[in-house]
Amino acid sequence: MRRVNTALLNVIAVVACVGLQACNKNQPGSSSEPVPSGQLPNGPHALPDRAASPPDDGNWVMPGKDYGSTRFSGLNQITPANVGKLVPQFTFSTATTHGYEAPPLVVNGTMYLITPYPNDLYALDLTKPGAPQKWVFKPKPAAASQGVACCGTVNRGAVYDAGKIIFNTLDGQTIAVDANSGQQVWRTQLGNIQKGETLTMAPLVANGKVLVGNSGGEMGVRGWLAALDEGSGKLVWKAYHTGPDKDVLIGSRFKPFYPTDRGKDLGVKTWPPEIWKLGGGPMWGWISYDPASQAIYYGTGNPGPWNADQRPGDNKWTTGVFARDVSSGEALWFYQTTPHDIYDHDDINESILATIPWGNGRRPVLLRPGRNGFFYVMDRRTGQVLSATPYGYVNGYRGVDLKTGRIAVNPDKEPKPGRVSRDICPAAPGLKDWNPSAFSPVTGLVYIPHNNLCMDMAVQPANYIAGTPFVGADVKMYGGPGGYRGAVTAWDPIARKAVWEVHEDLPTWSPALATAGGLVFYGTLDGWFKALDARTGKLLWQFKTGSGIIGQPISYRGPDGRQYIAVVAGVGGWAGGIVENKLDPRDPTGALGFTNAVKDLPGKTTAGGMLYVFALQR
Amino acid sequence: MSSRFSVSTLALALAVVAFAGCDREERHSRSKPLGETVPAGESPDTILPGGSQPPAPDPRAKLYDNNAPAIAEGQFLYTRMNCVGCHAHGGGGMGPPLMDDEWRYGGRIDQIAATIAEGRPNGMPAWRGKLTDDQIWKLAAYVRTLSGQPSKDSVSSRSESMSATTPQTLTPREPVHNSDTAER
Repeated sequence: MRRVNTALLNVIAVVACVGLQACNKNQPGSSSEPVPSGQLPNGPHALPDRAASPPDDGNWVMPGKDYGSTRFSGLNQITPANVGKLVPQFTFSTATTHGYEAPPLVVNGTMYLITPYPNDLYALDLTKPGAPQKWVFKPKPAAASQGVACCGTVNRGAVYDAGKIIFNTLDGQTIAVDANSGQQVWRTQLGNIQKGETLTMAPLVANGKVLVGNSGGEMGVRGWLAALDEGSGKLVWKAYHTGPDKDVLIGSRFKPFYPTDRGKDLGVKTWPPEIWKLGGGPMWGWISYDPASQAIYYGTGNPGPWNADQRPGDNKWTTGVFARDVSSGEALWFYQTTPHDIYDHDDINESILATIPWGNGRRPVLLRPGRNGFFYVMDRRTGQVLSATPYGYVNGYRGVDLKTGRIAVNPDKEPKPGRVSRDICPAAPGLKDWNPSAFSPVTGLVYIPHNNLCMDMAVQPANYIAGTPFVGADVKMYGGPGGYRGAVTAWDPIARKAVWEVHEDLPTWSPALATAGGLVFYGTLDGWFKALDARTGKLLWQFKTGSGIIGQPISYRGPDGRQYIAVVAGVGGWAGGIVENKLDPRDPTGALGFTNAVKDLPGKTTAGGMLYVFALQR
Repeated sequence: MSSRFSVSTLALALAVVAFAGCDREERHSRSKPLGETVPAGESPDTILPGGSQPPAPDPRAKLYDNNAPAIAEGQFLYTRMNCVGCHAHGGGGMGPPLMDDEWRYGGRIDQIAATIAEGRPNGMPAWRGKLTDDQIWKLAAYVRTLSGQPSKDSVSSRSESMSATTPQTLTPREPVHNSDTAER
């Protein structure tokens, strides 16, 4: 009965809000009661990949936790029963107030923090009271790089491997630092800010290669992923995401599942002449690695400019998923999630490695909560889409044809010159942007922190000038149906439906963390750090930090054997730039249209950059 | 009939021009031409050691401030040169807002022209040599409209964009503070 009532209320709310168009209820700092919409899976469910997700050793050495990008901690001291006793243990000011998207790393009693620009790397000694600073490494990137970073001067994390901490700087360098001494081991210049290239992603180290891609999809860059030798920093291979096959590292091993991805030099032929050179398709998000097959999986960013009228064609190989051999970079398959993207729906979100029950056995898959609003389950050996299901409100597309793999765009929403397309859902940052989900083998659910935003969009000719934006669109975003702008959805990838969702007033720009204790952690744009019951979504604990949270929460075992939870609060990025950079809320098109959706944020939080570490009260 | 119509039209046009001319930008049609220059590195009001006098404002400032044709051309350049990609329609994004009351590098037209010409260290590109000095002054003149500085009869009453920012004729005039409280 209660379920029916809730559903009815939702329908009424949706109708009312669609009617009123901008229905941003301002409930201060509070999330909704979880909305149950399904049952917990009770049969065999999705499980992490064994080779990619080994048992937890208590460290946190890469942002995704493991090669499978589960963001799942195997520690279980903190549970729904005792999480109420979680209290701060120590804090640390990072001396920066730019948007802080990176996770802390923990390696054998030392914590490492990589800040947004100026990309300082701090080492804290967890074995001593108060975790004093061991050393700081300051790479001093060029200040001008701040002017070509489209959506905040963020850094999405460092990575630890074989005694080194490796990270990127905003001005295009990849740097390896000795994890003990803080001394530089090598430094390689990869990106060129004069062309609008920055580096904001966290590198992944796999099979002795450091994998790094460029940012700059709004600056007319040509996207690529590069592999550096872990020992020397020297370039091993570089795969472009537009252009001729030899540049894309497409050769005899390339076997895409769908016919539309087969043919010679599609990275040239699916563009107007020469436009592929400015075509975007950067890679600034997440890479997963399967040690068994030695394949990497990642998605490519949006084509440029946003004004799709200037680039008729499928615009390969932008906004799609690549599988590549890690040693040679050779492409194994590709699937184009959104051919000829018209809404800025980059496909750089996380690819969680899992296996799902299939017939009598299990099938190796990628779980991908897409920016375009569809949750993809893909066979990772072939690139076949097994299912693609909206996990929130979507009207910009009509669905994905599983025979052809092709997504159907809703023609009513397509931005065209001379008109303003209204109520496009999801908006440019997608149903979910960069902030990754967590996947729990305990429940078999994927916990997706995401947005509920729609937009108006008008396109006009974009003019390419190297080192300046190449966009050609005015955008204005606002809250989607239902009167909330963010959500955390517990998604069952097999039943293809939500088990519960929690609605947030503000867009959810923080990643999620799941723990073996049965909890899900995430933060809000106004600074609340929250713990939910992984089974029901019930809010069990929350703590108000000093600034909005867009950082990646982690969990580790301290030198004292206790379980800790850590997160850095520091509002910014695309969603929080209005606070970080004091943007003027009177211009709805500010921050590529995000300003309009978060006009109230400057009244709710201030810029910061503070680490918070929690443990159970003794 | 047709000549009478022409005469009355002419008279009306002259009257309009005469009245409109009362409160339009100054025109210096008979003065000596000024060299096409943009001040180099003109900085915001700052400490002047030893109590020295601030430098005299650049004489070109007067020609471009409140100059309707210059503002209109500056508005066109603002979009075509991709200023809009970073500063939006004044609200900012990759770059700081231009419609508010804070000016990191000074809010006078000559200071804005210098910022456009020379670039600034946190990411503002240097346009000297890419745009003519005349274009830079026109851009600076338009930038000042975003915070309502010019007189209202020199600005456009409709926006070029879908943006719901208020028309320039209704843009409130912000005070000009040479300060920077943004978190940089």
